[in-house]
Amino acid sequence: MTSALGKDLLGLEPLSSEQILLILDTAEPFKEISERAIKKVPALRGQTIVNLFFESSTRTRISFEFAEKRLSADTVNVAASGSSVLKGETLVDTARNLEAMRIDMVVMRHGASGAAQFLAERIESNVINAGDGTHEHPTQGLLDLLTLRDHFGDLKGRRVCICGDVLHSRVARSNIWGLQKLGVEVAVCGPRSLLPNAIEEFGVRVIPRIEEAIEWADALNVLRLQLERMTAGYIPSSREYNRVFGVTRERLERAPRDILIMHPGPMNRGVEIDSDVADGPHSVILNQVTNGIAVRMAVLYLLSGGRPELAEAAKGGTGRRGGAEMTEAA
Amino acid sequence: MPELTRESKPLLLTGGRILDPSQNLDESGDLLVQNGKVEAVSGRVGHADDVEVIDCSGCIVSPGFIDVHCHLREPGREDVETIATGARAAAAGGFTAVCAMPNTDPVTDNQAAVGFVIRQANRAAAARVYAIGAISVGQRGETLAEFGEMVGAGAVAVSDDGRPMVSAQLMRTALEYARTFGIPVIDHCEEPTLAHGGAMNEGIVSARLGLKGIPAEAEEIMVIRDILLARRTGGHVHLAHMSTRGSVELIRWGKERGINVTAEVCPHHISLTEERVGAYDTNAKMNPPLRTTSDVEALREAVRDGTIDLIATDHAPHHYDEKEREFADAPNGIIGLETALGVVVTHLVDSGTLDFAMLVERMSCSPARVFNLEGGTLRRGAEADITVFDPAMKWTVDPSEMLSKGRNTPYAGMTLSGRAVCTIVGGRIVYQMESPAAARLQPARS
Ligand SMILES: [Zn+2]
Ligand SMILES: [Zn+2]
Repeated sequence: MTSALGKDLLGLEPLSSEQILLILDTAEPFKEISERAIKKVPALRGQTIVNLFFESSTRTRISFEFAEKRLSADTVNVAASGSSVLKGETLVDTARNLEAMRIDMVVMRHGASGAAQFLAERIESNVINAGDGTHEHPTQGLLDLLTLRDHFGDLKGRRVCICGDVLHSRVARSNIWGLQKLGVEVAVCGPRSLLPNAIEEFGVRVIPRIEEAIEWADALNVLRLQLERMTAGYIPSSREYNRVFGVTRERLERAPRDILIMHPGPMNRGVEIDSDVADGPHSVILNQVTNGIAVRMAVLYLLSGGRPELAEAAKGGTGRRGGAEMTEAA
Repeated sequence: MPELTRESKPLLLTGGRILDPSQNLDESGDLLVQNGKVEAVSGRVGHADDVEVIDCSGCIVSPGFIDVHCHLREPGREDVETIATGARAAAAGGFTAVCAMPNTDPVTDNQAAVGFVIRQANRAAAARVYAIGAISVGQRGETLAEFGEMVGAGAVAVSDDGRPMVSAQLMRTALEYARTFGIPVIDHCEEPTLAHGGAMNEGIVSARLGLKGIPAEAEEIMVIRDILLARRTGGHVHLAHMSTRGSVELIRWGKERGINVTAEVCPHHISLTEERVGAYDTNAKMNPPLRTTSDVEALREAVRDGTIDLIATDHAPHHYDEKEREFADAPNGIIGLETALGVVVTHLVDSGTLDFAMLVERMSCSPARVFNLEGGTLRRGAEADITVFDPAMKWTVDPSEMLSKGRNTPYAGMTLSGRAVCTIVGGRIVYQMESPAAARLQPARS
């Protein structure tokens, strides 16, 4: 089935700005569903979705699961590490099995860059990349965009700085592509050993010091510092990281304008971000979590063939499953 | 080669363009092979009645191509390739001789193992297969293997290819010790701590795809180390599969100073760039990785001006399902014996970098000279190892038609020009295209 987004959502790099805006616009009406007493609409009733997590990520999996359930899809969660079915199975075998089970959609998190692409090329079902290695995490990028748009309206000309371990971050890549497509100026700030060598060729500004980043940006997206980067020798210690690159209240107080603080979570409080910043007035971290569900509902809805202009109607519960039948109902 | 070689019928190759840079020969004419040797070259060759005539019009008749770097996987992975299938693939690609790397299982690191390779090659009776012995026992990089015994059994060089020689001290000793036997020491240049975990070239494409990169410096640091050790020891270092502009500059530096360094480049590194990885295509995953346009340009120029001495394939077959997996976990390497000529003609000759005489020099004369092998010449009395190729034949690469057991090629579906139509080893035809005239869809260049 070809939707307005194509068959799969593998990353933000291949999407056009129109497609990104379409997802954000479709997410708007879905936000409200989470506010209701009965948080459920039948837009994906009868569809089966597998959440296939080769890497544990409680937040992302729960967010997808909520999105699926609120759209009335039937879902199965597979944690590959704990499953005897998938143990020792290659990704090819997994793909063949999924294909044989006639599943409508697969949401996959995998430790290898390109794994989502690999799966998408081999199965008919829609594939949603829930994070592949250090490549992309498109729904996280989209929820970040939605959160920024909630605050700034039009994003053109705004400045966002991504702070921290860009080298190993799939969130950073999805952010860079998504932000740039919507006309945002993007910078990165972090230790040079945690930035890709060729990062400037992405059209991204490199800001060496966190103080300058705070002075420059309208929003900071603070990435989680994986503590194993220290043992791997990328940085000397988390203490020094906090001293040099930490987003602290003292630093934020010197910001020349109101600055938004985002974080994809889970946070290392006291390392990349201080608690009083994370819980402070600049923080939109919890809005990101809420927006995550709406954006994922929008992606699921659009990929299943749901018509963007009917998203508002889908809320009302007249549709049964996706576009075609909804048209009849409408 | 088996003795029946000597008893085969005389061959008369007529009407071809005879191209032999070893004697500055480039003229149309005939070539007579008798008793496994080149009997007469050029002009109208007188011959007995009982000869087999091969019409070579429109084709180039050259000394047989020699590949000094291939992986034939036997012993250990006969499901992927055997010496017999590899030798047949070589013959089909126009190679009359190949050198098999020792990273088999078990490793070819002693005289018995070298003897096994040579016996299997004789049994296959296709292209000549020479053995390369390991530098270190088990390729573990710890103690030297018995070079003398391996050379005695027929090894023509030593290498731990498949992995770099990490110990500078062992590399130094290997270069010194190899001088006794006059053989080159081949290194796979890769500084392991820099290359660690890398799956492709480090640069904008790896950054975009989120794959760990291997920087050019991982190769270049080892290139200059090896050149300096060759200067210190006087030994002959041969640098395998060069892939970067910096390596070319370092080799040029070494050669200008008279250091005994030679180097090879693979067809893929002078025809493809990192962009070929596309959406994680594992058929574009090799080690060293595909690099940038700037590297490709520098390597092409280096082949032209002789800084890089020769073209070798690094033929590395893998089973298809080993390649069908996540990019970072897929094995490195592609097959290359059957596409090498077409790739070189298409990307180096047709683009004006090399002429055909230079191609023959880099694929036949130079490998023979650098590795001190038979072949590389059509002089009267030489072993009749001959490649007849149609320089203009267009063909589309179809992995299912390959004689190699490997199917892992990034050239699948591409149209190449230039193809071997007949390969002769020791006076015996080991490969002949079924119907060269029918296959020759395009008019041959004059
Ligand atoms: Zn190698
Ligand atoms: Zn090799």
